[in-house]
Amino acid sequence: MKGRMISPGTVEGTAIVSPEPIGFYGGIDLNTGIVIEKGHPLEGESVKEKILVFPNGKGSTVGSYVIYGLQKNGVGPLGIINQETETIVATGVILAGIPCVDQIDINQIKTGDNLTLNADDGEVKIKN
Amino acid sequence: MYLTKEEEAMLDGEAGEVKERLFRLLARLGDIYGAEKMIPVGSVQVAGVSYKSIGEPGTAFLEDMASKDAKAQVLTFLNPAGMDLEDYEELGFPKDFAKNQLRIINAFKQMGIVITSTCTPYLAGNLPRFREHIAWSESSAVSFSNSVIGARTNREGGPSALAASICGRTPEYGLHLWKNRQPTIKVHVDAELSYTSDYGALGYLVGKKVKNKIPFFTGIKEANTDHLKSLGAAMAASGAVALYHIENLTPESDLVDTDVAETITIEQKDIAETYETLSPGKKPDIVILGCPHASLREIATLAKKVKGKQLKKPVWICTSRMMKEAADRMGFSQTIKEAGGHVVADTCMVVSPIEQMGYKQTGVNSGKAANYMPGFCKQKVVFANIDKLITEVS
Repeated sequence: MKGRMISPGTVEGTAIVSPEPIGFYGGIDLNTGIVIEKGHPLEGESVKEKILVFPNGKGSTVGSYVIYGLQKNGVGPLGIINQETETIVATGVILAGIPCVDQIDINQIKTGDNLTLNADDGEVKIKN
Repeated sequence: MYLTKEEEAMLDGEAGEVKERLFRLLARLGDIYGAEKMIPVGSVQVAGVSYKSIGEPGTAFLEDMASKDAKAQVLTFLNPAGMDLEDYEELGFPKDFAKNQLRIINAFKQMGIVITSTCTPYLAGNLPRFREHIAWSESSAVSFSNSVIGARTNREGGPSALAASICGRTPEYGLHLWKNRQPTIKVHVDAELSYTSDYGALGYLVGKKVKNKIPFFTGIKEANTDHLKSLGAAMAASGAVALYHIENLTPESDLVDTDVAETITIEQKDIAETYETLSPGKKPDIVILGCPHASLREIATLAKKVKGKQLKKPVWICTSRMMKEAADRMGFSQTIKEAGGHVVADTCMVVSPIEQMGYKQTGVNSGKAANYMPGFCKQKVVFANIDKLITEVS
């Protein structure tokens, strides 16, 4: 699948897919990488060392710092794939150096899929 | 993207390491979102101020910027901090937390950023004009400035707003362009709204439904700026709404193209259901009002309602330092204090560490606070109007 590069880099890893938008601030714990938003489809799951797939960001604009902080604390995702990346997530991944692409049809990806994310070329491959 | 000589100098590092790093972030965002050029900004509002929100990594980032002589180029205000910057000891904020919070405040001060920690800069001395380009980041302030004032800003991430302040520029894309400010969904409100919390409930519900669309409301007959601040804040929290229009009430509502295919209707029962959904708690240990930061009118209302009472549980109303000054002068703060409450400045319930202060159930009248507090403050929320909340703790 071909999308748009938001932040460069290439990673391989396991997908964790959220059908709902993610608000990083108040949604993911900065120190553990665990989703804490009540009622969120990923509540209780960790994003650490996964390729995190979700439609778009939502909520507080402090989310950029949360993405940066997750990475600095060693509990951040390996990469991010979005339907549409908005500024909050884009700022976070650029600052944190997390590979990220958007304009991907995320319905094609399931939790547990093995993915190659080549953000430089805006490319996502499912390897299963 | 077209860059001026001055902008090229920032990109090439001729204007120093900090400007290079921050301008690169802006240029990258401009490239992604198809900006043709950079535009000067009239003012900036920076989010990511509470130690609880940004933690050690964010604090270190800001200290690094400050130590490398980053300086604000335009009027720049701050989002709420994690504590009242004057009364933090009296209010029982943890000592370690206070120490780290002051590190962040000092870094911002060193950068020439005005230490007005508020999510309502427009009530505290940073008021943009209609059509002015600004770079604000707190989501409710973004919503208010775009929708109620008609200024133009994207939802900036904390670091991209800081970059706009230090470089004095923002890439021209998104809501800076008129074509992107047109409504994409109509929301008809077939319900009576009276309390501020009614507007918060409506906002929470609509944010969930429309996500990042631009709603055009019909059926809202009357709303003052307190109501609109509550509505916009909730929509920005449960969804990612950065701009809304209300027929006959907001300044761009007569100018935009209202030929929109999709319409949703919100009825009275939907509002009633939202109150229930947002209230898993039963008995509040504390009531916290002022999300977004209370206006002077809201502080006066609380003072009137608690005058002469002895409250059984603490009641806080959060506001900016400027509103608190006025409330002090008018005797509102004293009236609230005599009833057992507090006018708390510089901070709010969402960004302060209230879960570490022994509170488990919090009463709020804000759709935004009700959205965030369960996850971020581990609170069971009681969401109700101000009269019900005061009755609960009287």
